[in-house]
Amino acid sequence: MNNLFVYCEVEDGVVADVSLELLTKGRNLANELKCQLEAVVIGSSLDQIEDQISPFGADVIYLFDDPRLAPYTTAPHASILIKLFQQEQPQIVLLGATPIGRDLGPRVSSALHSGLTADCTSLEIGDHEDKKANKVYKDLLYQIRPAFGGNIIAWIINPDCRPQMATVREGVMRKQAIDAKYKAIVHRPIIADYVSETDFAVQIIERHLEKRKLNIKGASIVVSGGYGVGSKENFKLLYDLADVLGAEVGASRAAVDAGYVDHERQIGQTGITVRPKLYIACGISGQVQHRAGMEESAQVIAINTDPEAPINALADYVITGDLAEVIPKMIRYYKENTK
Amino acid sequence: MKKGFRIIVLAKQVPDTRNVGKDAMKADGTVNRAALPAIFNPEDLNALELALRIKDNNPGTTVTLLTMGPGRAAEIVREGLYRGADDGVLLTDRAFAGSDTLATSYALAQTIKVMGEFDLIVSGRQAIDGDTAQVGPQVAEKLKINQITYVEEVLQVDPDFLVVRRRLDNGVETLKAPLPLLLTVNSSAPNCRSRNAKLLMRYKQARTVTERQEAAEDYLYLYDSRPFLNILEITASEIFATPDLLGLSGSPTKVKRIENVVLQAKDAVRLNTNDEGIHDLMKELIESHVIG
Repeated sequence: MNNLFVYCEVEDGVVADVSLELLTKGRNLANELKCQLEAVVIGSSLDQIEDQISPFGADVIYLFDDPRLAPYTTAPHASILIKLFQQEQPQIVLLGATPIGRDLGPRVSSALHSGLTADCTSLEIGDHEDKKANKVYKDLLYQIRPAFGGNIIAWIINPDCRPQMATVREGVMRKQAIDAKYKAIVHRPIIADYVSETDFAVQIIERHLEKRKLNIKGASIVVSGGYGVGSKENFKLLYDLADVLGAEVGASRAAVDAGYVDHERQIGQTGITVRPKLYIACGISGQVQHRAGMEESAQVIAINTDPEAPINALADYVITGDLAEVIPKMIRYYKENTK
Repeated sequence: MKKGFRIIVLAKQVPDTRNVGKDAMKADGTVNRAALPAIFNPEDLNALELALRIKDNNPGTTVTLLTMGPGRAAEIVREGLYRGADDGVLLTDRAFAGSDTLATSYALAQTIKVMGEFDLIVSGRQAIDGDTAQVGPQVAEKLKINQITYVEEVLQVDPDFLVVRRRLDNGVETLKAPLPLLLTVNSSAPNCRSRNAKLLMRYKQARTVTERQEAAEDYLYLYDSRPFLNILEITASEIFATPDLLGLSGSPTKVKRIENVVLQAKDAVRLNTNDEGIHDLMKELIESHVIG
């Protein structure tokens, strides 16, 4: 009872990276809380799936294994989690901020009347004193995320309702197995105790999954553009530079919303988190949501016409000027020096 | 066979956070919300369009827009009427202040119950002021109906079920789901049609009861003779809500604190666009094996 649960996503017999990242974070939080880490897997053909999960320090693994439970549909997964959480009374539940986690999390929180914070960039344990009620809450989950489209970081807590639920995007937390031989207790509950026939009213007729073409997350150099790039045409300059450097092209949300570049390249709180050797920020002002996705870059070059752009505070090199002038020069001098 | 569908569109008025310019930031680094224009949440417009297309192809269908917010959110209802919605509801009350997504979904679900039978609820996938994507699924759970999120297109409409395509990060899915149903709609769905000039003329004076009380007297006779100009305003006392589940007290999440991010500037090398500086930069990066 009162343990920390991670909902683990599985596709084609492989546990999703985001779930392993949450297990890693969950293990640390559970140690701090002196509680157990429990994993929930709902799907089909889950033989040996526990071998992928237990090295991350899960004490208990629930495997709900039934052909009808994969691919994911909302109602059966929601029914299982709602019933399981009513029985087990977790204090914390973590889900990936994926299309599945974002579909499932709110449904479950609504049924359990528990608080859910989306897209957290950091999770910590701490106390809270409610001065009005003269009450002290021990060991709450601080769900930390940027808010209000601006330079604000909010610490969200759920003082009274359990579980405390949070979603986190892939790549935000680090993935680190702790012990290849860690032994978990595996439960295989009877599916019929958790779902009813009516949960299968929604049917998947067809499904086309594509492997992600882009690997911005794994790129060692990222050339990224913001609203200041000014147009879709100007973005071509960034692709040129990326080509020459062997880099990937990323973008801020403002550039995506302006239609300069596809959403799949968005870096930041609601996009991808990157940790490259070099991040070249072109025409990016540096809103906190964007910084959340790139601030662990080893080196940052900021190119901006505004000498006071917030991104400059993160930068190792600040170039004040027009990127249409700067980028061609970077390409030229790179070529000259690598001949 | 039943005639048409009853569709409810959930829409939200949001500050336009997409193009936060310099004047939208205060000197202390916080957002000056007053400087941001209030707009129709973009994906809610995609949702409205999806509903209107079902109406176009299924005679007898009605589209009702439901929004929760302060009095000025009546603007969202009017915007929906200009684009083809049949009517609209503004849910407004001080009791809703401080609602998180759960308290919001409770208030909306209670209102929908009061509004009577429906076949379909559609909303945008998420609102740009929070990006949580929670309210749609939370409403569906409270109404005990199925949900499909990330919807891009309705492929088939049948009196008892829909076939829809949803777009995910890594592909597409086609699903068949019985009615009643809640859909949340992606920005990849078709854009909303623009305002219709005739509808704009027809609904220009549409007002809530609160707005009417502030309206110029010459116009007031209009509302008796043209009932379509009445925007229904619903308050907390009319939705059979448990007061503890509304607003701040109905919100499990609390903001413990907020912090303005003050960046400790690194000791950056500052360059201008002259050739020498950029040449040296590229040389340095190559020599330190950061690039090349």
